[in-house]
Amino acid sequence: MRLFNFKTSLNFMKLKWPAIIFSTFLIIGSLVSLFTQGLNLGLDFTGGTVIEVKFEQAADLNKVRSALGSSGFPDAQVQYFGNSQEVMIRIAPREGVEQKAIGEQILTSINTVAETPVTVRKVDIVGSSVGDELKEDGFLAILAALVGILIYVAARFEWRYSVGAVASLLHDVIITLGLFSVFQLEFDLTVLAAILALIGYSINDTIVVFDRIREMFRKLRDATVEETVNEAITSTLSRTTMTSFTTALTLIVLFFMGGAMIHGFATALLFGIAIGTYSSIYMASSIAVILGASREDLLPTVIEKEGEGTAAL
Amino acid sequence: MLNQNSIWRYLMIVVVLSVALIYALPNIYPNDPSLQISGTRGAEVSAEKVTVLEQALTAQNIAFKSVVLNKGQILARFNNTEDQLKAREVVSTALGEDVVSALNMAPATPAWLDAIGAAPMKLGLDLRGGVHFLMEVDMKTAMDKNINDLVQVYRTDLREVKIRYRSVTADLVNQRVVIAFRNAEDVAAAKAALSKKDADMVYTEADDNSLVVTFSEARMKALREDAVAQNITIIRNRVNAIGVAEPLVQRQGAERIVVQLPGIQDTARAKEILGATATLEFRLVDETADVQSAVSGRVPPSSQLFNDRAGNPVVLQKRIMLTGNHIVGANTSFDENGRPQVNIDLDAKGGSTFSNLTKDAIGKSMATVFIEYKPTDKKDANGKTIMQKNEEVVSVATIQARLGRSFRITGLDAPGEAQNLAVLLRAGALIAPILIVEERTVGPSLGQENIDLGLSAIMWGMISVLGFMVIYYKWFGVVANIALTANLVLLIGVMSMIPGATLTLPGMAGIVLTVGMAVDANVLIFERIREELAEGRSAVHAIHEGYNRAFATIADSNITTLLVALILFGIGTGPVKGFAVTLALGIITSIFTAVVVSRLIVNMIWGQRRGTSLPV
Repeated sequence: MRLFNFKTSLNFMKLKWPAIIFSTFLIIGSLVSLFTQGLNLGLDFTGGTVIEVKFEQAADLNKVRSALGSSGFPDAQVQYFGNSQEVMIRIAPREGVEQKAIGEQILTSINTVAETPVTVRKVDIVGSSVGDELKEDGFLAILAALVGILIYVAARFEWRYSVGAVASLLHDVIITLGLFSVFQLEFDLTVLAAILALIGYSINDTIVVFDRIREMFRKLRDATVEETVNEAITSTLSRTTMTSFTTALTLIVLFFMGGAMIHGFATALLFGIAIGTYSSIYMASSIAVILGASREDLLPTVIEKEGEGTAAL
Repeated sequence: MLNQNSIWRYLMIVVVLSVALIYALPNIYPNDPSLQISGTRGAEVSAEKVTVLEQALTAQNIAFKSVVLNKGQILARFNNTEDQLKAREVVSTALGEDVVSALNMAPATPAWLDAIGAAPMKLGLDLRGGVHFLMEVDMKTAMDKNINDLVQVYRTDLREVKIRYRSVTADLVNQRVVIAFRNAEDVAAAKAALSKKDADMVYTEADDNSLVVTFSEARMKALREDAVAQNITIIRNRVNAIGVAEPLVQRQGAERIVVQLPGIQDTARAKEILGATATLEFRLVDETADVQSAVSGRVPPSSQLFNDRAGNPVVLQKRIMLTGNHIVGANTSFDENGRPQVNIDLDAKGGSTFSNLTKDAIGKSMATVFIEYKPTDKKDANGKTIMQKNEEVVSVATIQARLGRSFRITGLDAPGEAQNLAVLLRAGALIAPILIVEERTVGPSLGQENIDLGLSAIMWGMISVLGFMVIYYKWFGVVANIALTANLVLLIGVMSMIPGATLTLPGMAGIVLTVGMAVDANVLIFERIREELAEGRSAVHAIHEGYNRAFATIADSNITTLLVALILFGIGTGPVKGFAVTLALGIITSIFTAVVVSRLIVNMIWGQRRGTSLPV
C-alpha cells in the first residue's frame, strides 16, 4: 500500500509566503489570546486545593456548590470529572489559613448534601510558592530545549537551518499554547510535558527533511535551491505523514482510553503533532531558504563526514 | 557479501532480548496482600517472633501463604485482603508494642527470579495510591536561632580575650550580628581575635566603631545541609514508626524534602506523626532512691520513675538539667579504647548552664530522656487526635568531668546503639522546623483504575499500530511489528532493572506514545528501501542502502528528542519525571529494536533475494 507516489516533486516552496502569512495570523491570534485571557493554569501552577470525590449516586452540583458556599468556600469551582458521580472541587490558595484544614472542611461540607458519605479519590494541596517556581521552571525548560536544539542543528547543519528549525518549533509551541488559551483548556504539568514532547517530536520531522535536503544538494547538481528543497520534502512526505499518522493513532487511543488525567496531555500532543507536521513541511525549510540557505552551506560538511555514504533519507 | 548476519549479532540480540524478557517477567505475577512487620525505630525483629506470629495466626484460623524474616523485617503473605486485615490485628496483640506492621502488596515473584534480582517495576503513587508530601525546611528560623546563639558566643569570647564592647546585638532582619565598641583599636583587635576563633564568618568593620559579622557562603551552605539532613533523619524515623511498606524520604533541591507514603490513606494521621514533636532532657539519676520501692509506688517527692528501652525502671530527679533544644549537633565516633561514643555539641547558653550544673555532679550518673508525643487512635470531643506522651530513658552515663559546650557519652556497647542515640539526640533538637508546601493524596481505587486505563491504552495503541503497519508495509510490516513488540519487552525489562525508574500514569502515556513513535525508525528505513527499489536497485542493494542511509537520520532526529527528554527529567517531579524516563528509555530501546533487531530478521529472510522486488 502506498499513499504518496509522486513522479515529479511538488512545489512546496511556491506556497512559502502564503504559509508564512497564514502562520503569522495564527501566531498573532495565539499571542493576543495569551496576553488578554492567558492560560487556564492548573493546580500545579497556581497552588490551591483540588479534591476529587465519588458520590454513590449522580451528584447535584448546585447542591454541592451551595453547601460549599455556606461553609466559607464561595469561590469553589465545582465540576463533574469523567462522569456524573465523580466531582472535582477546586479552591484557590488561602493566605494565612492552615492548608491541611481545608481538605477536611470541604469533605465535611460535601457530606452534608450527600446521601451516603462520599469516597475521596484524590486530594491535592499545592502551596502557591511551589506553583510559582514551577511556572518559572517550565518556561526555562522550554527555553533550554529550544536553545539546545538551536545549537545541535547549527552544529550538524548550518545556522540558517537551525533558525528555521527553532522558528518552526516556536511556532508549534505558541500555537498550541494559543489553542489552550482560546478554549481555556486546563494547562497543568502533564500539558507542559506534552509541549516538551511535542518539541522533541516536531524537530524529528524537521531534521528528516533537512537531512534529505543535504543529500539532494549532492545528487541534483543543476537544480535551484527551491527545486532541491521541493524534491527533498516530496520524497520524505510519505514518511512524515506515516509517522505522524501512527503517533496520532496512539494519541487518539490515549485521548479516549487514557482517562481524564491524560486528556490535556493527549489534546496538546494531538493538536501539536498536526501543527508540527505542517510546520516541518512548510515553515522550517521555507525560513532557511528565505534566510539564503544555499548548496555551499551544507556540502563541505557532507564531504568531510560522508565517506561511507551515511547520507540519509 | 551484503546483508549477512554475523554470529555475534545473533548472540547479542538473543542475549539482550532474553535478559530483558527475564527481567520483565516479574511484572506479570500478581501481588500478594501482605503485612510488613518491622521493629520500632529501625530495630531488628527477632527470629522467634516468626514462630510466635505463625502460631498466633494458626490459632485464629487465618490462612497465610508464608511468614519470612528478611533483613530484620517479617513479611507475611496472605491469600486475600480480608485475611491480611484480620492478621494485622493479630500482630499487635501477639507481638506487642515494639513492632509496627504495614499493609503492603508484596510482589509474588517466583524464587528463581527473585534470586537474580528481578523485580517488578516500581509504581508511582498515582498508580498505587498513597500520600505525597513536599516539605520545606524553614531556614529563616534556623538562621535566627544561630544568630541568637552567636550573640552569646561573642560575649563570652570577647570577655575571654579582654576586649571591652558596648553591645552585641542580633540583627535578625539582615541576618547578622552587630558588635559595638568604644574605639577603632578595639574593633580591629576584636576582628583579629574573633576571626582566629571562627574563620568561617565574615567580619566587616563599620564606620561607627562597630564590627558586623555575617555568615560566609560556606557556612550558610553547611547550615542548610545540616538542617535538611537532620530533618530527613527525623522524618525517616517517624515514617518507620507509622509503618509504611516502602516509604520514600528524599531530598529535593536545596531546602525541600519529598515524603511519599504508599498505601497510606489517613493523611491527617500521617501529618500528625510527621509533625510530632520530640524533645530530649538530661536529668540526674536519683541514686539515693530505692528502685524496688519506687516501682511499688513509693517514689521520693523530688524524683520520678522512668523506664529505659528494655523496660527496666530508673529513678531520676525531677529537676531537668538541660533540655534538648540546646543541642546543636550529635555524631558518633570511637574512643581511645575503640569503643563507640556519641559526641554532643551544645549552644552557648546550654554550654554555660551545663558547665555550672555538672561542676558539682562529677561522678554522678546522668540520664538522657527521650520524650515523644505520639498520636493515638482515640479522638477527643472536638475530633482532634489525642496525643500520648512517651518518655523513655535512652542512656545513663557517669559524669567524668565538668562538662562544657562539647562533651561525649562513652561506654556504649555497640556502634549501632551509638548511632541510634546520636539520631535521637539530634531528633530532640530540631534546628529548623519544616512546613508542608505540597500534599497529594491518591485513593486506592483511583490508583487501580489508573493502572487499568494505562494498560488498556497501551494494548489498544499497540493493536492499532500493529494492524496499520501490516496493512501498509505487508511482510516488512510484520518485521516492524516484531521489532515493536521486542521494544516493549525491552522497555519494560529495562524499567524493571533500573532502581530509580518508577512507572506513573503519564509514564504509561509515554509508553503508548513510544509505541507510536518507535515505528518511525522502521518507517524511515522501509520508505528508503522502497525508493531504492523504485530507482531500479536490486533487492540486496536496496536493503543494504536502506538501512545504512536511514541510520544517520534516525540518530540525528532521536538525539534531539533525547535532549528534550533529559530537560523534562530535570524539571519534572513525580508523575512527569516518570514520563521523561519512559520517553528517554523508549527512544534508546526503539533505536535498538528498529535498527538492529529488524535488520537481523530482514537479512535472514530477504538478505540474499535475487531480483528487484521485496514485500515492502
